[in-house]
Amino acid sequence: MLLIYCPYCEEERSELEFRQAGDAHIARPTNMTEMSDEDFEAFFFLRDNIKGLTFERWRHLNGCGRFFNAARDTVSDKFLTTYKAGLPRPDVSTLRPATEATVETYEATESNAK
Amino acid sequence: MADLGADATGIVPATRTLPLAGFHGGSAAAVLSAAVPATRLSLRAGPDAVQALSGALGLSLPVQPKTSAFADGRHALWLGPDEWLVIDENEADLMAAVSASGALHSATDISHRNTAILVKGRSAAAAINGGCPQDLSLTAFPVGACSRTVLAKAEIVLLRTAEDAFRVECWRSFAPYVSGLLTEAAEDAGN
Amino acid sequence: MSGANRISGAGRLTPAKTARFVFDGRSYLALEGDTVASALLANGVHLVGRSFKYHRPRGIVSAGAEEPNALIGVERDVARQQPNVRATVQEVFDGAKIVSQNRWPSLSFDVGAVNNLLAPFFAAGFYYKTFMWPKQAWKHVYEPRIRAAAGLGVSPTEGDTDHYANRYAHCDVLVIGAGIAGLSAALAAAKTGARVILCDEQPEVGGALHFDTSVTVDGEDGFAWAQATAARLARMDNVTVLTRTTAFGYYAQNFVGLSERVTEHLARPDRRLPRERLWQVRAKRVVIATGAIERHMVFANNDRPGIMLASAARTFLNHFGVAVGRRVGVYTANDSAYEAAFDLKRAGVTIAAIVDSREQPSEEVLAEARALGIEVLAGHGVVDTSGKLRVASMSVARNGGGSARKIPIDALLMSAGWTPSVHMFSQSRGKVAYDFDTQRFLPGTYAQDCLSVGACNGTNDLQATIEEALAAGELMANATGFSAPEKLELQGSNAFAWTGGMAGSAEGAGPDTTVKAFIDFQNDVCAKDIRLAVREGMHSIEHIKRFTTNGMATDQGKLSNIHGLAIAAETLGREIPKVGLTTFRAPYTPVSFGTLINHSRGDLFDPTRKTPMHALEEAEGAVFEDVGQWKRAWYYPRAGEDMHQAVNRECRTVRETAGIFDASTLGKIEVVGPDAAQFLNLIYTNSWDTLKPGRCRYGIMLREDGFVYDDGVVGRMAEDRFHVTTTTGGAARVMNHMEDYLQTEFPHLKVWLTSATEQWAVIAVQGPKAREIIAPLVEGIDLSSEAFPHMSVREGRICGVPTRLFRMSFTGETGFEVNVPADFGPAVWAAISAEGEKVGACAYGTEAMHILRAEKGYIIVGQDTDGTVTPDDASLSWAVGKKKPDFVGIRGLKRSDLVADGRKQLVGLLTKDPKVVLEEGAQVVADPNQAVPMTMIGHVTSSYWSENCGRSIALALVAGGKARLGETLYVPMPDATIAVEVSEMVFFDKEGGRIHG
Repeated sequence: MLLIYCPYCEEERSELEFRQAGDAHIARPTNMTEMSDEDFEAFFFLRDNIKGLTFERWRHLNGCGRFFNAARDTVSDKFLTTYKAGLPRPDVSTLRPATEATVETYEATESNAK
Repeated sequence: MADLGADATGIVPATRTLPLAGFHGGSAAAVLSAAVPATRLSLRAGPDAVQALSGALGLSLPVQPKTSAFADGRHALWLGPDEWLVIDENEADLMAAVSASGALHSATDISHRNTAILVKGRSAAAAINGGCPQDLSLTAFPVGACSRTVLAKAEIVLLRTAEDAFRVECWRSFAPYVSGLLTEAAEDAGN
Repeated sequence: MSGANRISGAGRLTPAKTARFVFDGRSYLALEGDTVASALLANGVHLVGRSFKYHRPRGIVSAGAEEPNALIGVERDVARQQPNVRATVQEVFDGAKIVSQNRWPSLSFDVGAVNNLLAPFFAAGFYYKTFMWPKQAWKHVYEPRIRAAAGLGVSPTEGDTDHYANRYAHCDVLVIGAGIAGLSAALAAAKTGARVILCDEQPEVGGALHFDTSVTVDGEDGFAWAQATAARLARMDNVTVLTRTTAFGYYAQNFVGLSERVTEHLARPDRRLPRERLWQVRAKRVVIATGAIERHMVFANNDRPGIMLASAARTFLNHFGVAVGRRVGVYTANDSAYEAAFDLKRAGVTIAAIVDSREQPSEEVLAEARALGIEVLAGHGVVDTSGKLRVASMSVARNGGGSARKIPIDALLMSAGWTPSVHMFSQSRGKVAYDFDTQRFLPGTYAQDCLSVGACNGTNDLQATIEEALAAGELMANATGFSAPEKLELQGSNAFAWTGGMAGSAEGAGPDTTVKAFIDFQNDVCAKDIRLAVREGMHSIEHIKRFTTNGMATDQGKLSNIHGLAIAAETLGREIPKVGLTTFRAPYTPVSFGTLINHSRGDLFDPTRKTPMHALEEAEGAVFEDVGQWKRAWYYPRAGEDMHQAVNRECRTVRETAGIFDASTLGKIEVVGPDAAQFLNLIYTNSWDTLKPGRCRYGIMLREDGFVYDDGVVGRMAEDRFHVTTTTGGAARVMNHMEDYLQTEFPHLKVWLTSATEQWAVIAVQGPKAREIIAPLVEGIDLSSEAFPHMSVREGRICGVPTRLFRMSFTGETGFEVNVPADFGPAVWAAISAEGEKVGACAYGTEAMHILRAEKGYIIVGQDTDGTVTPDDASLSWAVGKKKPDFVGIRGLKRSDLVADGRKQLVGLLTKDPKVVLEEGAQVVADPNQAVPMTMIGHVTSSYWSENCGRSIALALVAGGKARLGETLYVPMPDATIAVEVSEMVFFDKEGGRIHG
């Protein structure tokens, strides 16, 4: 069970109080009605499903109720940082290495063996 | 139909049925009881309104996370950056109080939405930790600390009223679950 | 006498404190503090189980949690039966009923042992290869039979009558393991004032001090020092000492799961106590002091009862006072086994010989052996054993071959060295590193804030262990902000420093073809199976593990891992670290389901939400249905009525007189602020600027993709205040959806949302006499249609308490929804019911509600829509603001697929035979005579018998449905094909006049 730092409560809380809420930094276009099918598809349907560093939204649902953003590594499952909604993406280079070598996966063990 | 007034109508005024009427339990080390009825407000406002609303409520609305204020039977709990839970144990008209503030805010009466269980005793924190994942040591959760959080599968608002006492607020329909879980956990913590 | 093999004066148990227990129907005497294993051995019982695959007789191998063989069932009563308990962990209590497992009809004569003779057919991978054909036979023939024959214990058939507890706990330093290392670390950490939790799986702290009686700490006997230290720690306010508590899982961010066995050792536990308690510990720092596990030697027939780990025999002697044999052999590659032999010899047991595979054992142990008159055969191996139900002899030969000497024995102790228990470290995602010098995997790269100390860190020397642990305890406490003025010092001493050890097949494992030299007792995996796996092409240790089942199940490689790995490496011609170690998985030892579930059972399985009026409805005889977590009154049968009759009466009464309905579960959201209308404009398809205070409007909410998400009536209470209602099931989800948009897309709007679902009890009064019923109770509101038309809301009083009174209807009748603060709900319900009774009204439930709304063609989001339905598909285009510049879903609605012809649209269906009621979910086809599979053009979403229409009615989603009005379609069912006619969605009062009455 993860601990997640809530940028509004200013402390780490149990994952049990939070809900994931999809990718971050996808702003709803202001010119919705004029969007082409392709643009709408890109905005609403297409997601990158990144392996590694990803920016996503979380809500401190059973806490302060705020939505906020997080930089998380989908391989190590580690949160690199969290920040308030509306703030720009943090500088990735200042964060820890995206994928840490210590992650044990079946694939990793496999490749060791070969 | 004109407003004829209560006397003339012959209407029998409705009585209250409390969700946790008569509830008490737990163990010697963590005594559980139902809190008496209180008025409650979900208060929402931006930072500009804090001073005016504080004046109207007669206490300083807390602006630090996980803190509360208390004055004359009235608690104001920080729940989020623009959200407070105000509880008045004397059942004062909180809606009227804040509406007189003149500041931009949202107030919703939730006196009947919530109910509360009081947990008291040396193992009070241990009992709540039967379902609540927060660190309830006095360093991490001192007297006056408060938080919306979870108790197993229910949402609660937790307020520490003394070193050995907590108020557990929950929505009324969750009261049987919350009181049931606390009963088991208090018995375990009391051993 | 508590067993013939109890040595007077040996061990730490009190001879006067006895307990009687039953093993497989026979009664035995034990001492308090005995494990089942020590008590059985005291009574000369070595045979305790049959192996998993070959049903070979098996005995006790260890004295701890690593035990692979001695799995037993513990039975307290018909409901409280626990299978697969380790006899070496389960403490004896007076009256305990213990049964062996995996044998039929009895332990000493087991029919399944024929598998042993058929062993050539049961090689590794046998199941995978043999039972593949014919395909169907696996599920119906092979698997059930194999399971019946090979299964471990039997699960109880009754519900568990025990209860279990949970505790979340936080600490600065968690110390896992309370041997000398863990105790030292805990002492140093506790001294700083840091919050410390110390846990150990055994009933008493001490770890290896249970058997190593040569240890002293600061001059005091080691075990006594350990008990005194634990007691001292337990008295400190900042320390929690948990014994009988296994750390079973190490998860992210120093989150560690502990399982505490609270009453397992008690004869008559207080039923208020939980049987087990789950501790979910969040530690700032963790000290891992989990020790090491002795490895067995891999040689021919090394699995006979009586063959066990040397340290186990030493534990049985020095802690429990039990001699595991009278004429004991030793086969070792390590010095530690010598100490077991010395202790037994001093206790009067004959040591037949110490067989040491090493040419040069250390001088110290050889000297002591000579002094005690024990024969040591260095450079020798045990090449075979004999004995059916207990070992009777060992055959010893010089390394490299030659003739074997058969030595009679009744127990054989073995040690191939010690495997550091890196399970917790590995579970923490730390990376182990192979130490070539000592042939061990040791903690390498740390992934979390933890430190390993003592034997699990590869530290052998006693004083080095103490110093390492003291330093770690202090360091970890310092890291959390605590410090002590002075350093702690402890001085330890012991008899011998141990050297030696080996991994893989020992001398005597013999050729592959016939010999069974076991590496994994529990899974019946032999050295030859590993070699076979490699020959069959399994080159990854993960594949070898799965092919052979080595280290699987409850063993998790505690004994077998290193041997299996060494043999695989040798066969592959690679170094051990190149072959890789299988990942250690949680749990370290099995955790019962009850512990994991703890409080979440029975009434506490999930919250059951009841409305304020629930008790009154129950008293009126309501039958309830589950709607999410809510219990809702489904129908109110009267004497002699079945559900159908009750529902028909309720439906009829509403339209003829009036009905009273509990609508409290509907979601309610208070939307407040100067920009409230603007916010609702964006969230709903409708326009809200034009709605005047005091009026209501039905609103539809879409997702951005244009599909209907939720619906409900919204009342404007004031310019800046709306009372929004949602579906019962949608309440939480809609609140989240609205908060999401408000916080992240429209944060500039001055508006706030508050859930008010439970603030209000809601009583719907519907029907021609609705006004008549509530009128006598209401004050301050003119109820006339002129002053209070359909779709209005007023504030006033009812029964003397405040109300938000809505004039609205989900039945098509004149209707009111009385909202009162929830505590007043029951009293107001009772008053309205009393008024209703005067005119012949009745309470109605959700079933009647569903029918009444279907008669009017009102949809239920989630029943008639499924996340692929647009407002137009549901004939709700009228509720979409055509001139609005923006709302959630506005662009989605214009997607080509959403405006294409032939979309599934909601229509009515009338069966040609009015008595036939369609099944909800049934598929609709155009041509019933087409070949199967037919082209399905839609499905039935709602279907009921309508008493008011005198026939069945249904709603369905049908492709191009609105253009098919009057068309005949078909609903094929298993027994018949039902002809239906496509109709309008409104079946009753098509003009809609009644609602305005």
